[in-house]
Amino acid sequence: MSSDTSISYVASGQIPPSPPPAATTGVMGWMRENLFDGWMNSVLTIVSIAAIVLIVPPIIDWAFLRGVWNAGSLSECREIVAAAHGEGVRGACWAVINERFNQFLFGFYPTHLYWRPILAFVLMFVALAPVLFTQVPRFMLWFSLIYPVVAFLLIWGGMGLEPVESAKLGGFMLALIIGTTGIVASLPIGILLALGRQSSMFFIKTICVIFIEFIRGVPLITLLFVASVLLNYFLPPGTEFDLILRVCIMVTLFSSAYMAEVIRGGLAALPQGQYEAADALGLNYWKSTRLIIMPQALKVSIPGIVNSFIGLFKDTTLVSVIGLLDPVGLLNPIRADSNWNGILWELYLFVALFFFIFCFGMSRYSMYLERKLKTDR
Amino acid sequence: MTDAAQIDDHMPEDHVPDRSKMSVSDEVAIQIDNMNKWYGEFHVLRDINLTVNRGERIVICGPSGSGKSTLIRCINRLEEHQKGDIVVNDVELNSDLKNIDKIRAEVGMVFQHFNLFPHLTILENCTLAPIWVRKTPKKEAEADAMQMLERVKIPEQAHKFPGQLSGGQQQRVAIARSLCMKPRIMLFDEPTSALDPEMIKEVLDTMIGLAEEGMTMLVVTHEMGFARMVANRVIFMDEGQIVEQNEPEEFFNNPKSDRTKLFLSQILGH
Repeated sequence: MSSDTSISYVASGQIPPSPPPAATTGVMGWMRENLFDGWMNSVLTIVSIAAIVLIVPPIIDWAFLRGVWNAGSLSECREIVAAAHGEGVRGACWAVINERFNQFLFGFYPTHLYWRPILAFVLMFVALAPVLFTQVPRFMLWFSLIYPVVAFLLIWGGMGLEPVESAKLGGFMLALIIGTTGIVASLPIGILLALGRQSSMFFIKTICVIFIEFIRGVPLITLLFVASVLLNYFLPPGTEFDLILRVCIMVTLFSSAYMAEVIRGGLAALPQGQYEAADALGLNYWKSTRLIIMPQALKVSIPGIVNSFIGLFKDTTLVSVIGLLDPVGLLNPIRADSNWNGILWELYLFVALFFFIFCFGMSRYSMYLERKLKTDR
Repeated sequence: MTDAAQIDDHMPEDHVPDRSKMSVSDEVAIQIDNMNKWYGEFHVLRDINLTVNRGERIVICGPSGSGKSTLIRCINRLEEHQKGDIVVNDVELNSDLKNIDKIRAEVGMVFQHFNLFPHLTILENCTLAPIWVRKTPKKEAEADAMQMLERVKIPEQAHKFPGQLSGGQQQRVAIARSLCMKPRIMLFDEPTSALDPEMIKEVLDTMIGLAEEGMTMLVVTHEMGFARMVANRVIFMDEGQIVEQNEPEEFFNNPKSDRTKLFLSQILGH
């Protein structure tokens, strides 16, 4: 009796570790936990599977099984589909992409010089590699540094290369030029603006705050109109100031204001102790910023930074509004062509696919980077 | 009222501080004259006068908000004083950035929350300042750092990150990181307050070792056992001023001021 009610207890020995129950591990365990965890979850799982079965096969049929890759016009496409699958059946007409593929890539760039943007594109990855992956030898960073000059010469010509005027640039090449320039330039400017905004020096701080708040408060499209129209009034008559360059500057300024705020968030997330420890060791402002503060602030800000990059890259399509022939800007002239009049889905899907590939790539890279920089376990 | 067995329960049993190794020289390390500091309108430090000789181990105690942390943070300019003079290693502490950097390189500091750099390995934490401030070659800095890590008894953790270490280990790394700059003065700002009892011992053990090597130390702490057995002077602060200072024996057994008595009874009574 007394032993039953006693609160005194001594373990009789160490319990050996044992494996978890089989039903909670492996594929079965995963399905039970994630797909059929309660009746609500089970219903949702079944409804989702039904929706996938209903929606995906018709899309695959339309896009691939009945898709037409070679035809001279939309009506020819329709005839081919009708002949193969019967009257009234619809199939994708990819022939338009096939025919206009070069235009999508290069705009109206001279055909015999296509190798130059292609080379610039390939070299872009060579230049990015040492920046993105620490496994790549460090001396390669020298190439990353001179790459902007190399790419400029390859695309616009000069120094012995046949010059190509800006009006001929277009398509995905243009989206990539504006996008990468904006991305590469906005990060350092954003860092400086974020530091400036935290500065104890009154004027530097004020200038940064005004810049950030002004740029963030104005729609990008307004800035683009300023770049394309108004700037001409302010510049001395006769100045040739390339439109694409102007657009690149505006896009960079626009996105650096956002970048500054994202990085400021990262800076705010750092405990005060980090600044104090750096100070106490005798590191001066720039050394502690470079070695202690920025590496941590940027790491915290990675999701936000990449988010801004992705937004910026997709915003490059806005330049179609001021008459530049980026992929979206090219769609109207193509649809105005009597051969392809009425085509819609295929063109937008193709442009969407292009943007998706690059944005998804950036997203995956940011996740890789976050994993790599994780040091707390 | 102050039974030694009652107060030094965190002191390591196997390392009895050897006072014969701790000697105080006549050379002045820190000279503070009539120093005052305000946070806005709030008068945090009032007419502080303190002379620290080389080799002294000074424990500063007092209730929270008494200004003890602020005082030692003024010595390496983490806080700016508005009135009075502070001279550290014969360098006057004023708004001259060169002087501030010179003093900071000579004065090590250990924080309550360690403040290790989480993105760097233990070894990199220790070599960063020697390489970038002292311009020590990397190889040499690493060898020095390994030696310091041996001294705080965690060389095997050198390539881990701070987040993978226990609190006590992190604090010992923080001490090693400061020592790598070969400082002449060490400031400790409540170094054991964030630690579990069994980890306090290992940190105190490291600090006793430092004292035995003759390091000039200013320690803000509530570890009265450490104060009694290592310090040569205990300072009690309250409401921004130095209320009482004395040799530890005298300070604990025969406190003069009522405020000191009250404080000691509160901290030692339970």
